Amino acid sequence: MTKELDTIVIGGGLHGLSAALYLARAGRKVAILERSWVGRHSSGGTAAGVRTLNRDPAEIPISLEAMDMWHRIETIVGDDCGFHAHGQFEVAEFEHHFPELEERYAMTRAMGFENEELIGRDELRRLVPALAPHCVGAIIARQDGAADPHRTLQAFRRATEAAGVTIYEGAGVIAIEQVGIDWRVRTEQGNFVAPTIVNAAGAWADKIAAMVGDNVEVGHKASMMIVTERIAPLLKPVVGVVGRPLSFKQTHQGTLLIGGGLKGKADLEAQRTFVDFTQLARGARAATDLFPAVDKVRIVRTWAGMESSPKDELPVLCLSPNASGVVHSFGYSGHGFQLVPVCGAIVADLIMQGSTSRQISSFKIDRLYKN
Amino acid sequence: MSAATTARRYGLDVLVVDEQSSPGGQIWRNIEHLSGTPRMAILGKAYEKGLDVVNAFRASGAVFEHGTQVWQIEAGARAFMTRNGAASSVEAGHLLLATGAQERPAPFPGWTLPGVMTIGAAQIVLKSSDQIPSEPVWIAGSGPLSLLYAAQLLKAGGQIAGFLDTTPAGRVVEALSKFTGAAMNAPADLFKGLGWLLSLKRHVRFIAHVTEIEAFGTDRLEQIRYVTAKGRTATVAARLLLVHEGVVPTIHPTLALGCKHVWNIDQDSFAPGLDAWGETSEAGVFVAGDNAGIGGATAACLRGELAGLGVARKAGRISAAEAQTAAKPIRARLKRALAARPFLDRLYRPRQKVFVPDDHTIACRCEEVSVASVRAEIASGRPGPNQIKAFTRAGMGPCQGRQCGYTIARILAAAEGRAVPDVGLQRVRPPLKPVTLGELAALIDADQTP
Ligand SMILES: Cc1cc2nc3c(=O)[nH]c(=O)nc-3n(C[C@H](O)[C@H](O)[C@H](O)COP(=O)(O)OP(=O)(O)OC[C@H]3O[C@@H](n4cnc5c(N)ncnc54)[C@H](O)[C@@H]3O)c2cc1C
Repeated sequence: MTKELDTIVIGGGLHGLSAALYLARAGRKVAILERSWVGRHSSGGTAAGVRTLNRDPAEIPISLEAMDMWHRIETIVGDDCGFHAHGQFEVAEFEHHFPELEERYAMTRAMGFENEELIGRDELRRLVPALAPHCVGAIIARQDGAADPHRTLQAFRRATEAAGVTIYEGAGVIAIEQVGIDWRVRTEQGNFVAPTIVNAAGAWADKIAAMVGDNVEVGHKASMMIVTERIAPLLKPVVGVVGRPLSFKQTHQGTLLIGGGLKGKADLEAQRTFVDFTQLARGARAATDLFPAVDKVRIVRTWAGMESSPKDELPVLCLSPNASGVVHSFGYSGHGFQLVPVCGAIVADLIMQGSTSRQISSFKIDRLYKN
Repeated sequence: MSAATTARRYGLDVLVVDEQSSPGGQIWRNIEHLSGTPRMAILGKAYEKGLDVVNAFRASGAVFEHGTQVWQIEAGARAFMTRNGAASSVEAGHLLLATGAQERPAPFPGWTLPGVMTIGAAQIVLKSSDQIPSEPVWIAGSGPLSLLYAAQLLKAGGQIAGFLDTTPAGRVVEALSKFTGAAMNAPADLFKGLGWLLSLKRHVRFIAHVTEIEAFGTDRLEQIRYVTAKGRTATVAARLLLVHEGVVPTIHPTLALGCKHVWNIDQDSFAPGLDAWGETSEAGVFVAGDNAGIGGATAACLRGELAGLGVARKAGRISAAEAQTAAKPIRARLKRALAARPFLDRLYRPRQKVFVPDDHTIACRCEEVSVASVRAEIASGRPGPNQIKAFTRAGMGPCQGRQCGYTIARILAAAEGRAVPDVGLQRVRPPLKPVTLGELAALIDADQTP
């Protein structure tokens, strides 16, 4: 099967969808090749936290732009994606944790960013009454929040298809070859040809990069989540804590969603993840210490989702220095959900103009080259 | 119990954990406490037989921990469990899953109303707390357990308002082709079933070949409407309706472990693929009992003995040749014990509506997802059980898809003209049983916290 295409997007996660969406809206003929089905990996298992708080300074500019987009996400994909801006909090449990937050605050202010704010015990109490009384303060981003992952996936998929993109599910990419000025992409469903390629293959993006000659050292990460039974309304913001693996929130269905850097195991070959309950226990401990009222709440499900994660935990978002017309978009290291709308726009810039006005200089692929 | 008793004979250290408060499993639930009481007589001869098995198990030296829920198993093998509100984990060289069967979920309109319950649940109440419903009950269903419970209920002084037999017309004739094999090998079992049926027809209003059931009521069950194969429709008042459409293997634990499963056409269900010793595709993980495929109590015990031998063989406690010799007579008995199965499977094969219910039926009771909304999702081009789960929430509730897994697979298969084994079930995500945040948190020792 050969198609007259401008761009082939490899990977049907949110980043692949978003890139395809912006390209198609700019008039490009685009196909998405997805090995399993849309949302099978990270994007279907995400906690969907929409967070600018505590990001690496290199990510803050694009994260702030993404945040503006989230606040008008309905105008972009035709659905509000279940996004609510109830804020993200990083709580200090003890006095000796507070200076760390103050330093962070001073640094972001010095760089000219105003999204983060320090609050003391009383304001924290007022905003999150369910929090254990020993907590002393927090750094917060009031404009942050969380979305509904499945609604987001559905909205991006629908918008992408409505923009004219064809999505091939069950079309895993096996090989990529150069033919003249074009790339021929071999899949389980036949061959596709186009002059440009977007590599948005998540945990397997290093394999795709290698197919076009970018041999990189990228780690992987299998983030784990806990979902509980539904309970009465407990809190609105997303709460994390200094020095412990925790991200704690309540969904609008009433279930608690607990994650935050808890790592499971992944078998990349088998495309399977494994939950590690010994690790998960640390998250449960943090949750019950911070919210004593949830001690008796029953866990209904747990899972792990895998994605690539470079050592510096920054994404790879750039033109390939080796392969002309290839753009990489991966390595989101467990916090790429929030960046989805802006990264789509950036990929479209790179494919169509070969450059972008956004600050992405820290996200080059050559920093990860194997010597 | 049988596997543990056998394994002990070869000197293995054995730990048996069970949710129940005493050994016996589903069939011999509570037997140690009922022994010598009048309830033994009500529950019948087959129940009484369990005492020998339990006594042998108690004498074997295997450690039995009651009231223990296993909620996660890792290959290799480590089991996480909760007992008395405290979580712990245990490591072992080999793992045997003898998790039995669960009642086949049989959704129909109104099945989630209070006042509708399964016969399995009613029988647990009878065995564990000597209670029977105080008013006349309606029974609707098919399969040996419905007949057995009806017989037990009458013996215990209960009343049956009516028995709606949902076994489809013509099944007897179909099943007869398998009858000779069955009758020659296991006459006692068959005649027992026939006896229940005849006595029931004598004492109770018996409606044959019921094709459709619907339960109505505002806050709880008030009425049942049923339709027979001949097209007769009737609506009757009812306070309690007990339903049952056979049993299927409990495969959540083996699914979660990633064991390979095979589709059993005769039993319309999946079961783990096993070697001759009951070992699954995951090394060191064994299965015995009804979760290996529905076979009944006798077969379960024999499969347990084989698995016990299999573990002893793998652990090097007996040679391969010794194991074969010891297994030979057990295999012969197992063959006999399973002889009546093809006949029973044919006879009690559920009607199509049990598998693919009407639109206005709830498919997933935890999240209250209707068959119609599952079909709508399929129509919009999301053709997999895991996608259906993500987009409708069917299977995301506390039962982890135990109730709706097959229904979703069937609806998908029917909509797309595919076979159920091609469609498959939703991925199982741990924990196997709900564990609380506090219990999980307690897994960490105090010194590990910051
Ligand atoms: C448990 C968890 C919680 C998270 N929480 C948050 C959060 O709160 N906030 C936040 O901002 N981020 C969060 N993230 C991160 C975020 O979800 C991810 O960064 C984002 O979804 C990544 O999207 P993606 O499209 O790059 O990758 P994916 O969604 O993994 O998509 C990659 C796709 O590529 C396909 N593919 C791979 N190889 C091939 C091939 N050879 N051919 C064809 N297709 C191929 C895969 O099948 C897959 O569908 C979380 C992640 C996880 C796992």
